[in-house]
Amino acid sequence: MADVIEAGAARADAPPPAADAPRGGARAGRAGRATPYLFLAPYLLLFGVFGLLPILLGLWLSVHQWDFQLPNRPFVGLDNYKELFSSDSAVYGDWWQSVRATAIFTVFAVPLLVVVPLGLALLLNRSFPGRTFFRAIYFAPYVLGVAVIGLLWRFLLDANLGLVNRIAGMVGLPADTPWVTAVPWAWVSLVGVTVWWTSGFNAVIYLAGLQDIPQELYEAAKVDGASAWERFRHVTLPGLRPVLLFVITTTVLASANVFGQSFLITQGAPGTETRTVVWFIVEEGLRDNDAGRAAAMSIVFALMLAVVSIANFRLFRYRED
Amino acid sequence: MTTPTRAPAPAPADAPATGRAPGGALRRTALYATLVALALVFLLPLLWMVITSLKTYTGAQQIPPTWLPDPISGYGYEQILNNSANPVLRWFANSMLAATAHALLVVATASMAAYALARMRFRGRGVLFALIVGTLFIPPTSLIIPNFLIVDELNWIDTLSVVIVPGAASAFGVFFLRQFFLSLPRELEEAAVLDGANQWQIFWKVVLPLSRPALATLVVLSFLTNWNDFLWPIFVLFSPETLTLPPGLGLLQGSYVTDYPVIMAGAVLASVPVLILFVLAQRHIIQGVSRSGLKG
Repeated sequence: MADVIEAGAARADAPPPAADAPRGGARAGRAGRATPYLFLAPYLLLFGVFGLLPILLGLWLSVHQWDFQLPNRPFVGLDNYKELFSSDSAVYGDWWQSVRATAIFTVFAVPLLVVVPLGLALLLNRSFPGRTFFRAIYFAPYVLGVAVIGLLWRFLLDANLGLVNRIAGMVGLPADTPWVTAVPWAWVSLVGVTVWWTSGFNAVIYLAGLQDIPQELYEAAKVDGASAWERFRHVTLPGLRPVLLFVITTTVLASANVFGQSFLITQGAPGTETRTVVWFIVEEGLRDNDAGRAAAMSIVFALMLAVVSIANFRLFRYRED
Repeated sequence: MTTPTRAPAPAPADAPATGRAPGGALRRTALYATLVALALVFLLPLLWMVITSLKTYTGAQQIPPTWLPDPISGYGYEQILNNSANPVLRWFANSMLAATAHALLVVATASMAAYALARMRFRGRGVLFALIVGTLFIPPTSLIIPNFLIVDELNWIDTLSVVIVPGAASAFGVFFLRQFFLSLPRELEEAAVLDGANQWQIFWKVVLPLSRPALATLVVLSFLTNWNDFLWPIFVLFSPETLTLPPGLGLLQGSYVTDYPVIMAGAVLASVPVLILFVLAQRHIIQGVSRSGLKG
């Protein structure tokens, strides 16, 4: 998940050709022309086959009718794409429902995953004994996989046997909430579990950002009589802007790619209401054997995410000016 | 102690980001009360997983659920360890093998490539680096269908290669290590050149030993990611002998439906190695996360 935005940071330090080969002549003898390519070869082999080839193959698939069971894979132009946008096609309803499910999840998860971890980070940024210990505890769920998280919460959220309803009953709330089988509860569950699972990750990123804000700024603000809230508003938030951009962008992308939680916890229920885009794409491509259509969906999906990310970058850049 | 299991309260609004200790015993108490309450929110579900794994079948079926296993039972673990239909130990071994091989493959290929990109001059370096970094922008899930066809063509479906190799083309690994290599002092390399070392010797004897923290971080992060991967293996592995733990757990849930001690025992088994790894390498993991996010 974190992979995506590294690239953003990458541009900031476009490779300065640096002081390579200070003594060109002496060095050239030792590093033959082929040397760099030999160092790169193992990686490039992997990157070519599993990084670049899939991109090209995906584009190719998306304009063909590619069925595992068919002997021929006829060229169909943009038909796979048109289907996704014409309301009389067989796939239209399910496709847009999965887009809707993904959008609902993202719209509710992202604000919480931006704000809650910020609260955690502010709490952990104070100096007190045991800080590292608490930081580790809040981060711990993140190191577990979605399979474990999914099974665990499916159980915790079970309407009868689950701990969540048990605790709800103890504090005087309804003890029979159908957390995984009815909306809106299914959405509350999916978002809540994801916040619990991944908040520690974003909190760590915020913490690193907080430590980069010069302490003098806070002291100057104090001298000027700024309240705690004013210091947060005028020193902390502006200082965190690049970090916020990173957190928001990666969180949007990760949320839009949600799959395991709904696959395991709500199992798409009720009906297929919580079935997400990623789930629908792999089902279409691998279960229903229509790789061409699934490839077209993947490309439309990737473009949607690109638009959101670009909008996000723009929004932040304008604010900075 | 009762704690709502969701929506941790945001930090108190008066918490400034200064590193200052809060004044006064009252504030200190409030701080620790908040910290402990939040810790319970994060830990209680994990404790519940362990507690349930130690219950009997009927013990886990009680309504309302009991807080402690009575009696403490090895039932869940016995079920998953002596089970020929769901060979959980085999899945555990497969996961261990796959994640280890994957992590080593990532660090080997990425470190060599990153070294060339950081320290050598050659035609096409800029374009190549841009291409590698560019793929970071493409959501990996959107390449799943073509990747499936490629591994199918290689006859890798339902073998461990399929979870070891394809994901090892790590653009993140190359980027991360390249940044680290750029930060290393050049003087040591120059000294090695004067001593007559070739590029491979410099890489192997000078650069890699100096880069242990970065290499360890990448190994740990790659291991964690591979160990936890779920979406890809559920579609490319299917024989009981070749499954890794995450898809295996799904199968376990299917076979035992509501036998929670068994399912939770499986979940504990899948969690223990990564939790141990986390405790041992906590500093590396947390630094790796924050550095990969920001400093690049």
